Amino acid sequence: MKLQEFHARELLVAAGLPVPTGRVATTPAEAAGVAQELLTAGASGVVVKAQVLVGGRGKAGGVRLATTADDAERVASQILGMTIKGITVRKVLVAPASDIRHEYYLGAVLDRAAQRILVMGSAEGGVEIEQVAKEQPDAIVRVHAHPHLGLLDFQARHVALALGLTGPHLSDAVAVARGLVRVMLDNDADLVEVNPLAIVRERAADGTETDRLICLDAKITIDDSALPRHADLETRRDLDEEDPADREAREQEINFIHLDGTIGCLVNGAGLAMTTMDLVKRAGGEPANFLDIGGGARADTVAAAMRLILADPRVQVILVNIFGGITRGDEVARGLVEARAQQSRAVPMVVRIVGTNAEAAQDILRQAAFQTAESLEAAAAQAVSAARQVASVAEGAGR
Amino acid sequence: MSILVGRETRLVVQGITGREGEFHSRQMQAYGTRVVAGTRFGKGGQRALDGTVPVFDTVHEAVQATGANTSIVYVPAPAAPDAILEAVDAGIGLVVCITERIPALDMVKVMPVVREAGARLIGPNCPGVTSPGRAKVGIIPGSIHLEGSVGLVSRSGTLTYEVVQALTDAGIGQSTCVGIGGDPIIGTSHLDVLQLFANDPETHALVLIGEIGGSAEEEAAAWAADHLRGIPKAAFIAGRTAPEGKRMGHAGAIISGGSGTAAAKVAALEAAGFRVAETPGQIAQLLAAQGVATT
Repeated sequence: MKLQEFHARELLVAAGLPVPTGRVATTPAEAAGVAQELLTAGASGVVVKAQVLVGGRGKAGGVRLATTADDAERVASQILGMTIKGITVRKVLVAPASDIRHEYYLGAVLDRAAQRILVMGSAEGGVEIEQVAKEQPDAIVRVHAHPHLGLLDFQARHVALALGLTGPHLSDAVAVARGLVRVMLDNDADLVEVNPLAIVRERAADGTETDRLICLDAKITIDDSALPRHADLETRRDLDEEDPADREAREQEINFIHLDGTIGCLVNGAGLAMTTMDLVKRAGGEPANFLDIGGGARADTVAAAMRLILADPRVQVILVNIFGGITRGDEVARGLVEARAQQSRAVPMVVRIVGTNAEAAQDILRQAAFQTAESLEAAAAQAVSAARQVASVAEGAGR
Repeated sequence: MSILVGRETRLVVQGITGREGEFHSRQMQAYGTRVVAGTRFGKGGQRALDGTVPVFDTVHEAVQATGANTSIVYVPAPAAPDAILEAVDAGIGLVVCITERIPALDMVKVMPVVREAGARLIGPNCPGVTSPGRAKVGIIPGSIHLEGSVGLVSRSGTLTYEVVQALTDAGIGQSTCVGIGGDPIIGTSHLDVLQLFANDPETHALVLIGEIGGSAEEEAAAWAADHLRGIPKAAFIAGRTAPEGKRMGHAGAIISGGSGTAAAKVAALEAAGFRVAETPGQIAQLLAAQGVATT
C-alpha cells in the first residue's frame, strides 16, 4: 500500500526525523489558512503540493510556490481538482518554502536478492534514483542493514560520508539514515525514500542564517502482507484514490488489476493468471484485466469476480481458466452458473476447468450450455474470436 | 533418486489439526508420503488422520519420538515464522512453508537463522515439492505427475500444475517438481534448485518456470550457462504482457524501474541455452526436440 506524502511525513516525524511543518488542505480557503499560519511563523513563502499516489506531479504542475495567503489560495484552487495521470487531486499539502542549497537522495528498500534492507544514498538528489543508477552507478552508496540489528552507526556514518556531507550535517545524516531503517522496521514498509534530503538555509528574525539538513519529500510503501498487524496504517489508506472495483476486489481478497482490453480473465493463481493474459495477447486479443481468485475460492468469490469484470463496460468476452488444486472445479462451475443468472449484461463466456473435480464441473457447464475449451491455447483462441464477433456485430449495428 | 523429498522423507506436519493442514496431510498420506507426526501446541497426545498419526505439542518432541527429518508448515501467517524457526531448532533439515502473506521483513529475520542451522527452507507461499511415485510434500495435486527424469522448478502454483500436466500428457515424466514460491524473500531460489538437480543422477532434463519481477531467473540462467550446457533445458516466463509498476498477485511479481521484465529474463535464459516456450503447452515439444524421450 502506497502512503500519501503527508502520511509518509507523519511516520518520519514520529521517528524523530527532521521534516518541515506543514498541513493538508482540501479547499483553497483551508490552504490559505495554513499558508497564513506558516507565513506568520516566519516562512518566506509556501509550497503547495498535490497529494496523489502517482509520480510526476511536479511536471504536471501539481507543485507550486506561493508568497502570500491569497496567492496560496489561488494556487491551491488551480491544483485541487486537476487530474494527474488519471487521478483527481483532492488534497494539497501546504508547507514552508525552502531555500535549498543542495539536494541528496536517501532511501531504504527491501533488497530481494540480498534478503536484507538496502540503504542507498546519492549526492544527486531531486532526480529519479533509477536514472542515477543507470547513468552513474558509482554515484550511489549502498549498505545493507543487519537483518537483526538494523542499520548500525558505523554503516550510517559510511553513508553520510559518501554523500560528501561535512560538519553538523554529517551527524544529522547519520540520524536520518538510521531513522529511515527504523521507520521501515516499525511499519513493515518495503520502501522508505527521502528525495530530496536537502540542506536548506533558514533566516532567523535577527537575520542570522543557518543551514539545516531536512527531509523535503517522503515516499513510503507498506508491505500488504503486514497490514493486518498495523491497524493504524490501514486507516491511512486513501479510499478517494482507490477505484471502486479495486476496493471490492481487496475486500473479497481477489487479486485484480484493471487493464485496457476487451477480454475479461478469471483465473486461479497469479502465475496462471499472467499466463492467461499472455496467451490472450498472443492469440491477437487484449486482456481487460488480471484477476486471480486465489486458492480454494468458493462460488461466492467467483460471483464477485464476475461482477468486477463486468463492471468494465469495455469487456466483450469473459475467459475463465481454472486449474483445480485446492480450488474445486465443480465449485467454480456452480459459481459461474449462479453469476450468469445475476449478470447485469449478457457477455459470451469461454470456460476451461481442469484438475480437481473437473468432470463434475464439465457436467454442470454442459447442462448450463457454457462454451468450454480443453486447453489454455484453445480457450484463448475461442475468446479472441468471440470478441471479434462481438466487435463486428457492434460495427454492423453502427452502420 | 530425486531431490529434496523421496522415500527417505519422514514428515512432520506443523498445524496438522487445522482445516488446510488436515486436508492436505490426508492427500500426502494417500500419495504414499510417510507422514510420521503432526504438531499443535495444546493437542499433544492426540492422534490425527483417523488415528494414524501422533500429534505432539512441539516439533522437538515429534523429532525425538518419530525421527522426522522434514517438516511442512500450514500454520497461519502470524505464527508461521516461529513455526519455521521451531522446526529448524529441532534439527529438521528441510522445511516446506505453504503459508502465504508472511510479511517480508519477518522473512529477512528468519532466513539467516535457517542458514546458520544448515537447514533448507522451501517457500513461503509455495505449493511444495513432489518426487513422483515417491513422496509429495505440499499441495500439488498428485494425479498430474508421471515418474521420469525431468526436474522442474517454478515460482508459481497453478501454472506449475499446468506445465506438469502438459508434460505428463506428452509422456514426459518428472524426477522432482519444486514450487519455490512467489514471495520477494524465499528460502530456496531457482538457482539453488538447479544446483541440486545438477547433482542428481536421475535428472536428465530441466524445466524452469519464472515470472516477472526480481532477478532470480537471470541469476539461475547465468549459472546454467556455465554448468548445464549439455542438458536439455526448457523455460517459460509468465507476465510478458504485464504492465510496469503493478504487482501481479504475487508480492514478488512486479516490474519496477524497468527491471524484472519478461523480455530480460527470456533473453538471459536463451543465452544460457534454455529453449523458451511461448505457451506452457510448448514446453513438452521443446524438450522432445532436444532428445527427451516420451513414453
